[in-house]
Amino acid sequence: MNGFLNFLISFPTLLHSGIIFGTVIMYGALGEIITEKSGNLNLGVPGIMYLGGIAGLASTFFYENIYCVNNGVQPSAFLCIVMALVAAFLASALGALIYSFLTITLRTNQNVTGLTLTIFGSGIGNFFGGSLNKLAGGVGQINTLVTSASFRAYPAKLVNALDKVTEKLHFGLGTLLFSYGFLTFVAIALAIFLWYFFTKTRTGLSLRAVGENTGTADAAGINVTAFKYLATCIGGGISGIGGLYYVMNYIGGTWENQGTIEALGWLAVALVIFATWKPLRSIWGSYLFGVLYWAYFYIPGLTRSSQEIFKMIPYIVTIFVLLMVSMRRKKEDQPPASLGLPYFREER
Amino acid sequence: MHISKRTNISTGKAWLIRAIAILGALIVCAFVIFAIVKMNPIKVYISMFNGAFGTNKRIWVTVRDLMILTCIAIGLAPAFKMRFWNIGAEGQMLMGGIATAFFMINFAGKMPLPILFICMIVTSIVVGAIWGLIPGFFKAQWNTNETLFTLMMNYIAIQFTSYAVSKWENPPGSNSVGIINRSGATKNAGWIGNMFSKGYNVDYAWLVLITLVLAVAVYYYLTYTKQGYEIAVVGDSENTARYAGIRVKNVYMRTMAISGALCALAGFLAVTAVSHTISTDTAGGRGFTAIIVAWLAKMNPFVMILISALITFLNKGAIQIASDFGLNEYVSQIITGIILFFILGSEFFINYEVHFAKSHKE
Repeated sequence: MNGFLNFLISFPTLLHSGIIFGTVIMYGALGEIITEKSGNLNLGVPGIMYLGGIAGLASTFFYENIYCVNNGVQPSAFLCIVMALVAAFLASALGALIYSFLTITLRTNQNVTGLTLTIFGSGIGNFFGGSLNKLAGGVGQINTLVTSASFRAYPAKLVNALDKVTEKLHFGLGTLLFSYGFLTFVAIALAIFLWYFFTKTRTGLSLRAVGENTGTADAAGINVTAFKYLATCIGGGISGIGGLYYVMNYIGGTWENQGTIEALGWLAVALVIFATWKPLRSIWGSYLFGVLYWAYFYIPGLTRSSQEIFKMIPYIVTIFVLLMVSMRRKKEDQPPASLGLPYFREER
Repeated sequence: MHISKRTNISTGKAWLIRAIAILGALIVCAFVIFAIVKMNPIKVYISMFNGAFGTNKRIWVTVRDLMILTCIAIGLAPAFKMRFWNIGAEGQMLMGGIATAFFMINFAGKMPLPILFICMIVTSIVVGAIWGLIPGFFKAQWNTNETLFTLMMNYIAIQFTSYAVSKWENPPGSNSVGIINRSGATKNAGWIGNMFSKGYNVDYAWLVLITLVLAVAVYYYLTYTKQGYEIAVVGDSENTARYAGIRVKNVYMRTMAISGALCALAGFLAVTAVSHTISTDTAGGRGFTAIIVAWLAKMNPFVMILISALITFLNKGAIQIASDFGLNEYVSQIITGIILFFILGSEFFINYEVHFAKSHKE
């Protein structure tokens, strides 16, 4: 009983780390939702997240630690943020462009191309990450302090004031609600925007038409190729922001060659299924995944081996959702009907 | 510009296109390498060749890795021929590896070697078949998306491996199982090279032999047996298969059980013949690379050997350049990625003809 009480008390802390973790995969998943709505199943998400992470890190590393140091100027926080975001978005979109060119124009198989992109992206990420480490003087020596701090900045006054209100309840309301970098809130806004885009706008409807029945969309005069290219590249760019968030907010502006981003990328693919291709569902879905991922840390009495079993839960839950979706056949929960299928106008 | 499907293309021309693609990829890689190390790319390629084939030992290591990769790809062939996207080789392989390690750790010295081996092989096959059958069953019954299902199964298997490692870790606290049966009374028990020739290990020779036998067997199964034919028909068109009286659901389940079992055999080999230990690195992403190998080889086991050889050569070579020029070894993934992009793209020019519109003035 006591253990349960302790767990209850630590739950806000758990939720807090769940939200930070969840935001990484929320970006990955939101990008992949856009991609999949156009009928492209891009299994290159982990690779794309690597590209986003390393591009953001490398650009600000050279700005902060080389350009600013050499010229003796103070790095500007605003520039750091813009530079990191632009670099991460462009690099990831470029990765997605390779995928698009191969699958859409050269008609290669989507699964195989996506997996190759994952190999390529993780190679680029870890190679340059490792080289940056070396340039900075050793493993874990890269530090983009200003950038990371500006990504992590939150309204401290508001948080403290709110924390005081709930002090007696043994948890900090302000910490739970507002102590996150701005990207956390941007992710929520993006999810809401995407919901609006998919359901209420003409372009969103056309995009869904491309993913549901490409032939019909083509016949209706929608430029299928343009939609697929744009959706995949923009989606890739957004997924890449997840990699940037991991590098800047989660590990604090450095690089580690541990393959964590790859595991997170696959978790993002899992989240797309869990959210049944709905942006709004990915908000709480990602936080739930985060909570499940960190829960082992807060449950007393778990040995290291049972922790490993515990970490399976997000994947098992995802499989369960996948099964329910396919068994209940509810129309609105289905994957886009032409997901993963190639479309060649001449071959219909 | 107008694109049309080629009706047929001579094998020679197809291979010429592939060769051009590989050449193109090597040129692009040369630029990348030059940009990074500022060295003559030809010298770099020579250094790569040395890395893969420079010494006897290196040749064996290259052969070993290429055989494991081929073995996984062979396991994927039946599923892919059926157009069933088994992305789960990584997990199926690990499950086979766990089953093998389980017997090596717990039963070495407690049962005669041949029986130990039978237990190792049979359990890996059974566990792998089950791991493959689960997504196969749900695909057959409810048309559950197999790509996503098998992908998730990988991570369950990976966590399961971490669990097994933490249970069996040796020495305690090292978070690794270490070489199983390295010394003592059970020295080399469960190492395949030790099965018939005590004291002298010929692990890699067994690995090559078993993989080649599997290649022939799977080729025969897919090309000349009734079941293989059924797989091909289901892969081409499920409806045709149904009209022809093929029990599609059974084919799905049977084939996935076979595919899972074969991938698990690769895991068995990786443990008993190569690493003699178990960790998540036992698969180490090769389950994913094998998907690309199987696809590029168009499910032909013998072509798989060639493609695995190319990928393994690049991998070993890149690791060599990395150590020669003080880079980190992830450069191999970049090079592999570029080459695979090119080979994938080249298939387009093999399958399609591009006609450029000619002006009609004349």
